[in-house]
Amino acid sequence: MTAVQGVDQAFWYIIGFSLFLLTGITVVMVYFVIRYRRSIHPVSSDIRDNYGLEIVWTVIPTLIALSMFYIGWKSYVGLRTVPDDAMEVEVLAQKYSWIFVYDNDKETENELVVPLGRAVRLNVTSLDVLHSFYLPAFRIKVDAVRGMDTYAWFRADELGEYDIECTEYCGVSHSAMVATLRIVPQEEFDGWVEEP
Amino acid sequence: MSETHSFYEISSPPGMTGIKSWLLTHDHKRLGLMYLAAIFFWFNVAMILGLLIRTELMSQGRTIMGPELYNSFFTLHGVIMIFLFVIPGIPAIFGNFFLPIQLGTDDVFFPRLNLFSWYLFMFGGLFAIISLFVGKGFPDTGWTFYVPFSIEVDTNVSLTVMAAFILGMSSLLTGLNFVTTFHRMRDKSMGLMQIPLFTWSLYATAWVQILATPVISITFVLVVMERLLSIGLFDPARGGDPILYQHLFWMYSHPAVYIMILPGMGVISEIIPVFSRKSIFGYKAIVWSSMGIAIAGSLVWAHHMYTSGMSDVSVFVFSLLTFLVAIPSAVKVFSWVATMYKGAIEMTPALLLSLMFIYLFSVGGLTGLVLGSVGTNIHVHDTYFVVAHFHFVMFGGTGFAFFAALHYWWPKMFGVMYRFRPAYVGACLTAVGFLFHYVPMFILGIQGMPRRYYDYLPQYETGNFLAGFGGYLLCAGIVIMFANLLMSFRQGVAAPADPWGATTLEWKVPSPPPVHNFVKQPDIMEFPYDFSGIGNQPGAGARTGDR
Repeated sequence: MTAVQGVDQAFWYIIGFSLFLLTGITVVMVYFVIRYRRSIHPVSSDIRDNYGLEIVWTVIPTLIALSMFYIGWKSYVGLRTVPDDAMEVEVLAQKYSWIFVYDNDKETENELVVPLGRAVRLNVTSLDVLHSFYLPAFRIKVDAVRGMDTYAWFRADELGEYDIECTEYCGVSHSAMVATLRIVPQEEFDGWVEEP
Repeated sequence: MSETHSFYEISSPPGMTGIKSWLLTHDHKRLGLMYLAAIFFWFNVAMILGLLIRTELMSQGRTIMGPELYNSFFTLHGVIMIFLFVIPGIPAIFGNFFLPIQLGTDDVFFPRLNLFSWYLFMFGGLFAIISLFVGKGFPDTGWTFYVPFSIEVDTNVSLTVMAAFILGMSSLLTGLNFVTTFHRMRDKSMGLMQIPLFTWSLYATAWVQILATPVISITFVLVVMERLLSIGLFDPARGGDPILYQHLFWMYSHPAVYIMILPGMGVISEIIPVFSRKSIFGYKAIVWSSMGIAIAGSLVWAHHMYTSGMSDVSVFVFSLLTFLVAIPSAVKVFSWVATMYKGAIEMTPALLLSLMFIYLFSVGGLTGLVLGSVGTNIHVHDTYFVVAHFHFVMFGGTGFAFFAALHYWWPKMFGVMYRFRPAYVGACLTAVGFLFHYVPMFILGIQGMPRRYYDYLPQYETGNFLAGFGGYLLCAGIVIMFANLLMSFRQGVAAPADPWGATTLEWKVPSPPPVHNFVKQPDIMEFPYDFSGIGNQPGAGARTGDR
């Protein structure tokens, strides 16, 4: 399972359970309001508690919650464990653009190009205020903090163009701080990265 | 009842008349109404700002304003809603008015301090207004004031965080007043397990206010010092640590989420039993879950910071604790629903709004699980998913509880009944608009649209357009609800002492209550939600202005 699939699985697991619980709560609530409306059910029963029931509805949600925690954590581990063969790109955030620096000191602005099939490790930092590097298609996001190095990684497993956005408010043109990821075949990348 | 005079007719301290009898009052009920007036004003201002923001976002590019104004507007919307509406809303208005009555006493423990809190609240608001018009105008930092951005911008950050500082002081003193009143002023014959759940929720809230507020106050002072004196605590350019700021900020601001929601839960715990005419289910579990939320909720702040660069160990611990804090909230929801089982349920606007609360709050709580889970949080953190989530909790939760409280206690506070039919129309329109407004934001968030964006990529336009449309419906519903309540003064249908058939002490005194609340020493019931004495007393339907 890829890291992206791991995250998506956690989404489905949590949202699935949530929809089930929400539907249950809502249906029971609406049923009670109709079934026990005063016009047909004028005298209420005096039920104040039921310890057995209360223990059940405390313990079961706790177990569900812990399972959600586990699956969420596991998918996070996938996002943090960088394969050994990953190529590294330095990412510098500034108001209001992204700078990418490659091994051979090639620099690009707002354009990240990587070869198909490679794992890519992004070493992120900021030149001024906080920014946050967000690549929705690969479910990764990490803050760019001046004076501090953070990282994220993804596997470039499909050709195409993907949006990169800044998700930490950084000023007037925050919403214009977008860049593009291009995943290209290895040969094309080799040529591109050697261009001055 | 005609021989008793209401608190509107007799001032406290005695002998004052006119405006003075309000501005210098020690009466917790008058102060509650004075908060109501101020908070009503702020709510409307922030609602209009919110509508302008959504209008701007309805189409790509510039629609009605430029980015500078937009950024100030979303900051102002957040600051006002949080510090001047959601945090003070229920405690300052309904807490002030009803906590002493529910405890069987005549006022809070420190009535003068209570008045002082109101003045602090007004001054805090005044500071916020001043910061709009002097210097470089209102900050554009977002209500979180994240450093180093908030240190280097030249807008009025210092003035605004000072406003928040003063408002925090007001909130803290109100909390202090409630805790002391709870312990020292409670009727001698009222044991801890005989206290109404609304008051219990305010008690739990008050402790959070007392313990957490100083953290944000100090943090805001440090931001001002950083701006004015460059002390280098938060600014990485001077060796400071911006992550430290985030910890300090959320150490208050996450518990503050529980300051916002707990009183709302207390309101719902009052309303559901009354209109089900049946004891609340699991009274003790609700009390313990309130205290549990107050304690556990203070230990989860860094779940706002999974992407901040803090260590993975912290991420692990805070995620685990976050899932545990979900449990007490779930227990409450189950208890409310179970309360209705075999009840004798009468629909009223207050109950309808409470049912809407349960649904909307459940959505808010369950989507919180997506955010608490680390792997999924990384994707949706700081996107519209978060915006939708916290509006479901803060607005669908606290906001709807606030509306429900207004409809529940209106007859007691003002002595008049309102019409039900427009209230239903307004409430339904509000709820439908709400869903239209915020459900698209969940989808936008999962698609990857970041929050605080003046403009967006083309794939997000449909969702934003729908959300804006829902926003207008939502506001129309709210206007109808408020207008209907205000019309009740003109219709002047007098409210009896207990229009609903309720059991807690505020319904044993005249509507509106006399200045010392109780005409004679109240009888404390062994259990506050024992409806066996109410029997077949007619319900609210016979008493509305509709007839």
